[in-house]
Amino acid sequence: MKRMLLAFTVLLLSVMAVFAQGSAEGAADDGGLIRVGIINNDPNESGYRTANDADLKRVFNEENGYDASFYYSLRNDEQIAAAQLFVQDGVDYLLLSAAGTAGWDSVLQDAYDAGIYTILFDRTVDANPDLYVAEVVSDTNLQGQTAVDWLASQNLDEYNIIHIQGVMGSSAQIGRTDPLNAMVEANDNWNLVTQQTAEWNAETAQQITQAVIDSGTPFNVIYAENDDMARGAVAALDRANISHGVGGDVIVMGFDCNKWALEELLAGRWNYDGQANPFQADTIDGIIRDLENGIEPESKTIYLVEQGFDAATITQEDVDKYGI
Amino acid sequence: MSIDKTPSIGLQKASGLFRRQIFIPLAALIVLILFNLIADPSFFEISYGTNSAGNPVLSGYLITILDNASELAILAIGMTLVTAASGGQDISVGAAIAISGSVVLRVLCGDNPRPDEMQASILTAFLISCVVSMLFGAFNGTLVAYFNIQPMIATLILYTAGRSIAAWINNNRLPIISDPSFGYFGTFIPGIPIPTPIFIAIICMAIIALVLKFTTLGLYAQSVGINPNSAKLNGINPAFIKFITYVIMGLCVAVAGFIKVTRFSTINYSVVALDIEMDAILAVALGGNALSGGKFSMVSSILGAYVIQFLTTTLFKFNVSSSALPAYKAVVVIVLVVLSAPTVRETLKKAWNRLRAGSPARKEA
Repeated sequence: MKRMLLAFTVLLLSVMAVFAQGSAEGAADDGGLIRVGIINNDPNESGYRTANDADLKRVFNEENGYDASFYYSLRNDEQIAAAQLFVQDGVDYLLLSAAGTAGWDSVLQDAYDAGIYTILFDRTVDANPDLYVAEVVSDTNLQGQTAVDWLASQNLDEYNIIHIQGVMGSSAQIGRTDPLNAMVEANDNWNLVTQQTAEWNAETAQQITQAVIDSGTPFNVIYAENDDMARGAVAALDRANISHGVGGDVIVMGFDCNKWALEELLAGRWNYDGQANPFQADTIDGIIRDLENGIEPESKTIYLVEQGFDAATITQEDVDKYGI
Repeated sequence: MSIDKTPSIGLQKASGLFRRQIFIPLAALIVLILFNLIADPSFFEISYGTNSAGNPVLSGYLITILDNASELAILAIGMTLVTAASGGQDISVGAAIAISGSVVLRVLCGDNPRPDEMQASILTAFLISCVVSMLFGAFNGTLVAYFNIQPMIATLILYTAGRSIAAWINNNRLPIISDPSFGYFGTFIPGIPIPTPIFIAIICMAIIALVLKFTTLGLYAQSVGINPNSAKLNGINPAFIKFITYVIMGLCVAVAGFIKVTRFSTINYSVVALDIEMDAILAVALGGNALSGGKFSMVSSILGAYVIQFLTTTLFKFNVSSSALPAYKAVVVIVLVVLSAPTVRETLKKAWNRLRAGSPARKEA
């Protein structure tokens, strides 16, 4: 029985290892190709991550002169171990989207000592900035500011806002909340009817919105920090027969630019969707090309261009190009 | 008791109620109702209107509570049986819901994540997801019943891997079904103003009531939970009983997953039914059931599920700030769980008896 249990445990562990997708493939050394080791979060995490991974794979392949190895994990320690492997393998570039900010100093130092360029993308780490050549990241605060500016440009007499937040403390939540809070603080005609976290969950967002509707408090703006939560809020509006979108009683705002969300915009059922740009590969590719020619990037932090889409001006082309 | 009409009959009845397991969730519900009644009686208003599709709907906090507690109530059924028989909890239900929901969408969508027409009937999709969920339940059940692994550890496997499996089933895409008839199950059937999940929950409760009344499942589960060896000596196969409760849990998961995906006609693997396993376990605990297995009260567990949703909706209504919300919930939960713990109930009962015996004695003195 004991042996059976042991065999079973081994089996389980191997199954779990497969699911954790822990495969850092060693790259073969063939001439001419630039060798990159890419450490990313699990593409299953979200639509954003799926699009991000697909974009990296589109650019970093043999056709474009790259010999790329991918490693995925949502766990920081596993990512660090994979980074160490890549350093030992002697890749030319290490591309990193860290699951957590801490603990990266020593491995980045190793990479630096070995003459490997490290480029951070999407997420930054707490390490000496000298250890990496560039970080290609989103400015979530700007995402929030762009959205709030757009909302202000609607010139409503009064803003009664249902603010549905993401997971508290996440960078997207903080960046998308702060500009709105500042605006509400500064203007008497901006009010928060409610400010609750739905933790990125559509159903919780629906319940929060439903609670406001049931209480009879008037509101005219839904500011949801991602598309799923905006969808949940809209479901509650539909249930109560409250018109929304272009020409409706309630302005609906979301973030992330999922394809289906942009289609809602195109149909005029939502008003605004802010982009969280997952397409970092071309920017990283540009940095690597420059470095190959001996040109260091001008600034260490490179923000991606991120726009907001307005239902009044969005086109089918935008949906196809920017939808994730 | 009814013949002996002594003045203390009211006290005796109260003491009987105290001893009853259903007392705690019932009391919690009454406290919540009273609190809302005093704070704002409009909490209980139900209004009749139409939704944007022009169909009649009832709305109000009570409807919201009944509607949104449906999945939890259904899960509480399975979790109660699992707890009773195996003396542990299934922590994989949230991930398993992601899987079952993903299966429904995969069957209906085929290879196209945005189909104009569904590729199979909704019933087929639901039945297939039931089979898949029960297989995953059987996997958990096998580990627990035949390999004697702690339930929490056995189900940790699916808890860890489930959401990735769910994403893999749909090739990592997020399917959306545009056919409105799919949404009827999670929202409203045209012409019927009561949300469909309420009906689904009632059907599940009726089925489990019949099963417990007309089969020996409940009795066997309890006896296995209390003492598997003596159950075995009495001709019950403890491993099989444990196994079957996990399969039933799988069925409950399939129904709950079906409601979840039909609410929005889509799925998000990483957040759908997130942490719902904790609420389901909490429902069982609030129902005063011993989490170490044995005797159980199904009605109390289900009532516990509604108490949790009542609390959530109440907190939303009073607009408690997001950062403070978990703290409020925690305080209420701690109080309820402590009160419903068998040892505390025993102490309370003793205190009550002493009080009852003490007050006339003092008068005599």
